[in-house]
Amino acid sequence: MPMKFPVYLDNMRATKVDPLVIEEMVKYMQEIYAAPGGEFGHSMEEEAAEALEKARQKIARKIGAKPEEIVFTSGRVESNNLAIKGTVLASGKKGKVISSRIEESSVLRSLESLGKMGFNPMLAPVDSEGFVKQENLSEMLSGAILGSIQFVNPEIGTIQDLKAIGDLFEEKNVIFHSDASWGFCKVDIDVRKINVDLLTLSSGLIHGPKGVGALYVREGIKLQPLFDGAPREFGLRPGMEDVPSIVGFAKAVELITEEDIARMKRLRDKLMDILLEIPDTKLNGPKGDRRVCNNVNVSFFGVEGETILLKASMKNLFLNTGSACYSRELLPSHVILATGGSFEQSHGSVTLGLSKWTTEQEIFYAKEVLEEIVREMRSISPLYRRS
Amino acid sequence: MEIAGGAKELWKRVGYTEKVIDHFMNPRNVGEMKDADVSSTVGSVACGDMIKIFLKIDESDRIEKISFLSYGCASNIATTSVMTELVKGKSLEEAKKLSFKEIVEELGGLPAIKYHCAVLSIAGLRTAIAKYEVKKGRRPLDEDFVMTLLKGVLDPMTGRDIVSMGKVKSVSVHDGAIDIELDMSGEDEISKVIRAEILDAFEGLDVSLNVKLKS
Repeated sequence: MPMKFPVYLDNMRATKVDPLVIEEMVKYMQEIYAAPGGEFGHSMEEEAAEALEKARQKIARKIGAKPEEIVFTSGRVESNNLAIKGTVLASGKKGKVISSRIEESSVLRSLESLGKMGFNPMLAPVDSEGFVKQENLSEMLSGAILGSIQFVNPEIGTIQDLKAIGDLFEEKNVIFHSDASWGFCKVDIDVRKINVDLLTLSSGLIHGPKGVGALYVREGIKLQPLFDGAPREFGLRPGMEDVPSIVGFAKAVELITEEDIARMKRLRDKLMDILLEIPDTKLNGPKGDRRVCNNVNVSFFGVEGETILLKASMKNLFLNTGSACYSRELLPSHVILATGGSFEQSHGSVTLGLSKWTTEQEIFYAKEVLEEIVREMRSISPLYRRS
Repeated sequence: MEIAGGAKELWKRVGYTEKVIDHFMNPRNVGEMKDADVSSTVGSVACGDMIKIFLKIDESDRIEKISFLSYGCASNIATTSVMTELVKGKSLEEAKKLSFKEIVEELGGLPAIKYHCAVLSIAGLRTAIAKYEVKKGRRPLDEDFVMTLLKGVLDPMTGRDIVSMGKVKSVSVHDGAIDIELDMSGEDEISKVIRAEILDAFEGLDVSLNVKLKS
């Protein structure tokens, strides 16, 4: 079969919406478009509300939660903000708020904001594969209000041991939030077996629509809403629920299969193996079952990532880089640096995110394109002079 | 220039002109020069922005040949490529006058966030010329010269040169020995990186260099 272009391997950031998801969504844009209503509404309101609650049930079931523990939001970033600021502000206390050095910016910046409000943010270190150092974390948790530790890292694919981390939180009696966006539907998670109080879930990373997400809030956890308005979502989030997107989100959750995950794992390992055939290339993050099924991240020494990204784009291969030149702040990847990687390793790092539709042919194409770019750029690099 | 279908949109988004892309995809005067009279490395591995300039100067003090190596982004490559075109065949005096603005202009513009690349290519050119003049004995190896080279060394956390960042505490030159004192701790990764880059900047000069860090 001829390969379809573009070869899109930027799935850690955004995914293509599944056509079956779109089909489901259209109905709630064109037929049942009323505001999801209460007990005394007209029948279209009720139908919309029914769809909303059905979606809530599906998502709750996926993580072993009760439907009333699922709050719909505008996505990952809002869920993280609501989880972190909402619980800390509702606690009425001032004190430590804990996270790790490899979190994504909505978590890190929420902590920064809390720091300005008089709280004490602290970031736990990670090891060379990106696993949070539990000894340090445990120490930091003493007397803390809340901690937020991501489930899966989007850049280097590290899957944290949420069970063990949850136990640390329980021991220290600290509220535990986890951004599970990159692990949701890829790694099993059951809130009945893990001591986690708040869990961020995202739709846009699992072939659902963007701009919608959810926050699991364990029964009994108090949250202060971030926005004011007529109460919706159990009083935690005003604003009309985006029924089409929520329905699409729930559909996307249903569509991911064990076979998809097994295939992605196989292709991930294949891609890793062939990329590491390129000389002076280093794998970032762990191998095997402790790495998410769809993430590959390698550093090419002597080459800068923005150049790789643009040259790959010319060949219709889309990926992401941890290089400073590419970031708006001109800063290198904080994740690679936190794992003890050098600046050069960070600038030369590329993230390849697979999807359930990624093919072996695409994997080989990616390798071929990257190998050529790396060879070309090393030939003019002052850092990489082979004698 | 061939750009695969759809790719042009990307350049618009990142704000690169077609000329920038042309020089990025087909850099002029690129590669190591074996018979160079002088070479100069400026920039920082830590910033992901580094170039090495090679010059061959003829008897009438004109730039007979110029080439470069690059470790950096598209605009690093494009600005340096255009710079080499602009000064090739020019006298050293003329070349010294080239400004980063002329490079930006020649490329038909550059995103403001990438201006530092044009500045770096000028720093590479000027330090190479300065080193040549010192090697030929036409210019004294003095504090002024040392500061010129230090302007090509970047602080990785800001991307600005260490002189304008106020990180150079003092410079003194006596009998071919250079003492540089930096206002930096000396303990952290960044100080180590900057120290290594200063040593790079003086590569090829017959001097004894002593870089002191505040410890």
